[in-house]
Amino acid sequence: MNNIRNFSIIAHIDHGKSTLSDRLIQAADVISERQFHDQVLDTMDIERERGITIKSQTICLPWKTKDGRTYFLNLIDTPGHVDFSYEVSRALASCEGALLLIDASQGVEAQTLANLYLALEHDLEIIPVINKIDLPSADIERVKGQIAEDLGLDPETALLVSAKEGIGIDTVFEAIINRLPPPKGDPEAPLKGLIFDSHYDAFRGTVVHFRVFDGTLRAGETIRFMSNRAAYKVEEVGYFQLERIPQKQLSAGHVGYLIAGIKTVSDTRSGDTITHRDRPCEKPMPGFKEAKPVVFSSIYPVASDGYEDLAAALEKLKLNDASLIYEKDTSAALGFGFRCGFLGLLHLEVVQERLEREYDLSLILTAPSVRYRLHLSDGSIVVVDNPTMYPDPKDIIGAEEPFIRSTIYTPERYMGAIMQLCLERRGINKTYQYLTSDRLEMVFDLPLAEVIYDFYDRLKSITQGYGSFDYELLDYRDTDLVKVDILLNGERVDALSMLVHREKAEQRARRACEKLREEIPRQMFKIAIQGAIGGKVIARTTVSAFRKDVTAKCYGGDVTRKRKLLEKQKKGKKRMKMVGKVQVPQSAFLSVLRTDSE
Amino acid sequence: MVKEAFPIFDTLYIGGGTPTAMADRLLVRILEKAGSVFFFTDDPEVTVEANPGTVSKEQLDWLRQAGINRINIGAQSFRDDHLRFLGRIHTAREAENSIRLARGAGFADIGLDLIYGLPGQTEKAWIEDLAKALSFFPEHLSCYMLTFEKGTPLFADLAAGRVELCPEDTVAALFLKTSEFLRASGYLHYEISNFARSARLRSRHNRKYWTLAPTLGLGPSAHSFLNKPPTRWWNVDDPEIYLKTIEGDKRPVKETEVLTEAQSMTETLFLALRTADGIDTAAFDRRFSVSFDRMFGKLVSELTADGLLYPRGGRWAPTLRGMQFSDAIAQRLIDRI
Ligand SMILES: Nc1nc2c(ncn2[C@@H]2O[C@H](COP(=O)(O)OP(=O)(O)OP(=O)(O)O)[C@@H](O)[C@H]2O)c(=O)[nH]1
Ligand SMILES: [Mg+2]
Repeated sequence: MNNIRNFSIIAHIDHGKSTLSDRLIQAADVISERQFHDQVLDTMDIERERGITIKSQTICLPWKTKDGRTYFLNLIDTPGHVDFSYEVSRALASCEGALLLIDASQGVEAQTLANLYLALEHDLEIIPVINKIDLPSADIERVKGQIAEDLGLDPETALLVSAKEGIGIDTVFEAIINRLPPPKGDPEAPLKGLIFDSHYDAFRGTVVHFRVFDGTLRAGETIRFMSNRAAYKVEEVGYFQLERIPQKQLSAGHVGYLIAGIKTVSDTRSGDTITHRDRPCEKPMPGFKEAKPVVFSSIYPVASDGYEDLAAALEKLKLNDASLIYEKDTSAALGFGFRCGFLGLLHLEVVQERLEREYDLSLILTAPSVRYRLHLSDGSIVVVDNPTMYPDPKDIIGAEEPFIRSTIYTPERYMGAIMQLCLERRGINKTYQYLTSDRLEMVFDLPLAEVIYDFYDRLKSITQGYGSFDYELLDYRDTDLVKVDILLNGERVDALSMLVHREKAEQRARRACEKLREEIPRQMFKIAIQGAIGGKVIARTTVSAFRKDVTAKCYGGDVTRKRKLLEKQKKGKKRMKMVGKVQVPQSAFLSVLRTDSE
Repeated sequence: MVKEAFPIFDTLYIGGGTPTAMADRLLVRILEKAGSVFFFTDDPEVTVEANPGTVSKEQLDWLRQAGINRINIGAQSFRDDHLRFLGRIHTAREAENSIRLARGAGFADIGLDLIYGLPGQTEKAWIEDLAKALSFFPEHLSCYMLTFEKGTPLFADLAAGRVELCPEDTVAALFLKTSEFLRASGYLHYEISNFARSARLRSRHNRKYWTLAPTLGLGPSAHSFLNKPPTRWWNVDDPEIYLKTIEGDKRPVKETEVLTEAQSMTETLFLALRTADGIDTAAFDRRFSVSFDRMFGKLVSELTADGLLYPRGGRWAPTLRGMQFSDAIAQRLIDRI
């Protein structure tokens, strides 16, 4: 066991974790020249397209030191974006140490701190690594200062690295071996393994990713999941390289996978403890804290018969995304679906994209909402994140909404624009401070609801991509909340209702009405589109009726063509939803619910 | 094969292109040949399509004598500016003359084709055109809204912005006005674009298309239909290939489709909705071994409440407004198949 090191690479977004992983992987020679490409651990399409890591990835690197000893280094590359911090915290649970990367020109940023705290919670040994020292703007001395002051670590222990240029990689290996402790645990004790992730393989069932803390697991043995007592005979164990590498056994201290013909998706749960059926350990591991979703939205299949597929897809996705939370939901307009909780807006987008790509679904997502606290006249407090659960306004005497403290890093020249954006979004400026002569840290308290509505895109666009943004949840504050309904010919479209601040109600309602007007095709009758608070209409527009819909000539040679047209439109109709007598194309829902353009 | 499938014909329609432009004797020989190869009933409806400017008195006499009892004249309009816009080679005067000639030759069943919905056309102008047509007491009128078909010069003009569409509102108003005006003048509005002076004078031939009766089409790109099983086929478009094929004693068929039950149902419904007779529910039930009421009852009551359909002796027939939205109604029915 002394030859094992389990560690994560953690950092703020874009500080170079995946690039450093690339260098370590190449140095350990587990990948051929031909197989290699940049950020090789970012295997998902969305990761590659967006250039960010979304999933933690484990890889086992065999490493021979100069004096001939062989080590097994289990590296876990983690995501830097705050929405995926649940991935980081679970990865850390199977490690003894962490490399904390800091971009030599950006310095310490919000997630640098947040991830350091996570690592300290797990009692990990931390190695600070100053990365990107090749950059002309690298300021190693300033970063060292921050490491001492902001992180409370010894700056003299920091490694100086350029992952991109491959500078200092040897020192990284040395530090991993000499400064990180080997795992503890007893290979002879009853088996105790912690599930930190899993994924579904269509042929082999659930592939469980776990860390062995005690005991030894061999292929052919029967295990039990301690939370639900489900038992399975293990077909295969092994560790991860770029593929799965089967082994005879995994013993205490190792990180790897098991396959046991698990087809019941719900049996496997992140945080659960694996033990032997016949020689169980005494107590399960403490597992993980529940992920706390902050953004909520309902997901519906576009196809009216797509509910079962969606249910199956969510269950499988949940295996690989432990932070996803969902329960059944229904809508008069959209049918059966799921109310889902997300760790942030990016998380929401990623879930949508993964469902659509990996499970080939077409989806409609309702407007993202935060969780409000409503004080009712009977003295009770209800928590509402779904407009359809909004109580009768007569009974509501007060409302509170979640606030965040956001930290924005920006070149000085965008300060004014950012100030304006945040004030528009009901933000309160707390502080600002110059990091360098032209770089600024601005701190705002903002309603989370304003941030999940098109904030990040706006910030990126007004700062031309230079602004970075991070937040932490702060507290709940009083708010003036209303529920805006959207009506088509007087009929409420439940899936389009939204909870918004009164000041924003009219603008949001008008925008929704406009989008609907653009997307709803003319029909035989006039369609009134209205936005309303209770009975009071605050926005309205109309789609005029078409005046004829008739083919002038239809003789022998025209019949087939006409029939084909009708058949084609019928197919398209499957994507139409009925609201009363009005046919609403799903594109209309998508367009209203998309928040990107204002 | 053809003879077995089509034991007897009660209509013959010579159309497509300008048959009257053929040498006189050729047309007559075709008629004679048809009479000797196929069986006809005692009183077949035999129609020829004629374009103004292509017919002479002599020719019309020949055609009458050869047994043609119905002539459909592609007048399109009685205004020279409209005819020019439509790219017609004839003038208004020629249109009028050819109708007079046909009458003179003893044609007792004359049909006229007219087009409305031209850019800038007013209701008043259209009614004047219609009134002009009525002054010849035609037995039959086909009034088509102008459509811009892909591949036509008009379509190119529209795409290039050289011409403008007549506003939809106006076309719709002209459609309603046409029906109102012609019905007031004693015509039956029996199909979306077709009017007849009496039930007997409706085009027996064209109604076969709307009721999916068997039809045999001869010539390049002609369509044929047989209903057991429902099968449609059409010939190659190119006249030369067509000729070569039949000379080689082969069938010049370009494509054949055998309709599924659902396709058959689709066609039955949307075609029936074009006609004033509407959908014969008992026949529908027999034909498809289903219950029309169970399949469409709820929708039909909605459409009836909206004034689009009405019950007409065991049938569901479109109202005038129903005809105006015929495609939309058909779509809603077909969505339920
Ligand atoms: N100049 C320079 N650029 C680097 C270095 N390391 C990484 N980069 C660049 O920084 C960008 C982000 O690198 P990644 O490795 O994807 O960063 P990450 O920390 O994995 O990002 P997330 O996974 O999204 O949190 C890429 O464009 C890299 O090429 C370095 O040492 N020097
Ligand atoms: Mg990464």
